[in-house]
Amino acid sequence: MSYEIDPRGYYGEYGGAYIPEMLHANIEELRSQYQEIMADPSFQKEYNTLLRNYVGRPSPLYLAPRLSAKHGGKIYLKREDLNHTGAHKINNTIGQILVAKRLHKTRIIAETGAGQHGVATATVCALMNLECVVYMGSTDIERQAPNVARMKMLGAKVRPATSGSQTLKDATNEAIRDWINNPHDTHYIIGSVVGPHPYPDMVAKFQAIISQETKQQLLEQEGRENPDYLLACVGGGSNAAGLVYHYLDQNDVKIILAEAAGKGVHSGHSAATSILGSLGIIHGSKTLLMQDKDGQIIEPYSISAGLDYPGIGPLLAHLISSKRAKVYSATDQEALEAAIELSRYEGIIPALETAHALAVLPHLNLKTDEIVVLNLSGRGDKDLDTYIDNIDTRSNFQ
Amino acid sequence: MNRIEQLFSRKKENILNIYTTAGYPKLHDTVEIVLALEQAGTDIIELGMPYSDPMADGETIQYSSAKALANGMHLDLLFEQVKEIRLKSEIPIVLMGYLNQMIQYGQSRFLSACSDSGVDALIIPDLPMDIYEEDYQEKMKSHGIGISFLVTPQTSEERLYKADTLSSAFLYVVSQSSITGNNKNIKNDQLQYFERLARLNLSAPRLVGFGIHDRSTYETACNFANGAIIGSEFIRQLRSSEDLTATILSFIATLKSS
Ligand SMILES: Cc1ncc(COP(=O)(O)O)c(C=O)c1O
Repeated sequence: MSYEIDPRGYYGEYGGAYIPEMLHANIEELRSQYQEIMADPSFQKEYNTLLRNYVGRPSPLYLAPRLSAKHGGKIYLKREDLNHTGAHKINNTIGQILVAKRLHKTRIIAETGAGQHGVATATVCALMNLECVVYMGSTDIERQAPNVARMKMLGAKVRPATSGSQTLKDATNEAIRDWINNPHDTHYIIGSVVGPHPYPDMVAKFQAIISQETKQQLLEQEGRENPDYLLACVGGGSNAAGLVYHYLDQNDVKIILAEAAGKGVHSGHSAATSILGSLGIIHGSKTLLMQDKDGQIIEPYSISAGLDYPGIGPLLAHLISSKRAKVYSATDQEALEAAIELSRYEGIIPALETAHALAVLPHLNLKTDEIVVLNLSGRGDKDLDTYIDNIDTRSNFQ
Repeated sequence: MNRIEQLFSRKKENILNIYTTAGYPKLHDTVEIVLALEQAGTDIIELGMPYSDPMADGETIQYSSAKALANGMHLDLLFEQVKEIRLKSEIPIVLMGYLNQMIQYGQSRFLSACSDSGVDALIIPDLPMDIYEEDYQEKMKSHGIGISFLVTPQTSEERLYKADTLSSAFLYVVSQSSITGNNKNIKNDQLQYFERLARLNLSAPRLVGFGIHDRSTYETACNFANGAIIGSEFIRQLRSSEDLTATILSFIATLKSS
């Protein structure tokens, strides 16, 4: 089984570029050049230098003792929350802004759900002195207010997406429409391993730094490169893709993905795409998505803005359908409890997205010597309001 | 000869194609709207299959699509409405929608429903030409359903020729680099692009769409192509209408020279 992208941009039957002609020139420009640009030594040097000196990589791989004692096994946290701007998203935006510069683009657009990708994009635009417009669903603008303020502080324009459920899917639609309207000077920095080819591959390769470092760090700390489990939450799938990228061919490494079940997988308020989804096309990619029998996309729901997406990246769809990866889901409530648990056990406040991965730990029934690497994709500062509301209403966590 | 070929064989100029969203403004308005359009002298109907995520559409068509879906519009009903139109009219009908709709309905079920109800052709902006050649071209031909591909000012000459060859209904000339509903006056660089296309000796009839919204833009488009397509502006007319047929007759009259 191959997990590499094929020359036409597919992982198995998933992927491709189902785009209107209005986007063709832009996508083709990117597709025909991204591999060459990324392979160029001067690009690699600039990318790696920025990751080290600006982002603060490598991010630590931390053995969490109290969490391990609670759930069994040895649980390592890959600390993407310690990156500049507080999540894994900046690995991708640093890479893409360097690509955009080499394509001589002067204007950057992005979509954002939780605001982490928006902040990471606004940050690199400030760094490179490029105009930045971020689309964000009106619902998300409300529930992720600190990140909206950060984007504005960084000089980005935040434009509300007011269609549909006013969340990540709708913000992505608006960003695509902006790109259609601005075919010459603009690069679209997609925030996950979604969208038309070559985005899923390009973003996965920028996030692959996570597994590259993990291999070396685990070797240093455990004397082996391979853990028994890799565990990550999945919205579009970029932090998961980064965590698993260099392990895909290592069949002894089990891949576990955590989806947002919202109020319950079958409650009608969920974002559990792998269970509720079927094959179709969303944002230019053939993949699994939540839809009705006429192909109308169903509005997802999750307490976490970054997981509130009705699709899943084509690489992840391929890993799931070929059984290379196994998916668990966590409800809003389970995620909240897992976030509070990590805060109280390890002194780390995780992002709500990440909390869904933490909530899956009890399902793994870990044996004492089994090693898990959990991608701690982001920090929880942006979610404090949501956390505080829930701590106050739950007596056992007072 | 199908209805579209018949039309282009007898009329080569000033073709008027009007886009309307099925199930908008009210669920069962579709038939009345199409018949009024025909009565007013429209040549082709582009019937929108409302979609939840119309990536190439601006606010106006997003609005009409969301409204139609909220009204309860769905594909089975859309094909019923086309059948009802066919009891009274032979006007060419082109369905416009997104590929996911066709995939979920089922490719062969969708194409059979098109030919059974009397649809003549499809416009599916996110259907790539290579996928069409591999998996759609033969099946659509055998169902007698035509297709129109889009070209834009950015489309390379090589792709232009390919789109021209593959477009069995007409070539959809997107007038500017934008989503639908961007109603400005036609600028010089657009005229140069229209002229360039006119000189290329393309084989498919050309209809210019996107931004065509009044008599002046319609006439300009017709000067360089076989006709034009009006979408968002027509939806705007319907949106403020109290008597659909009357609105349609007077709007179409404003487009046509005396
Ligand atoms: C901290 C964090 N983790 C995870 C995600 C989900 O995205 P992805 O699945 O692409 O990693 C987000 C998205 O906003 C995020 O902010």
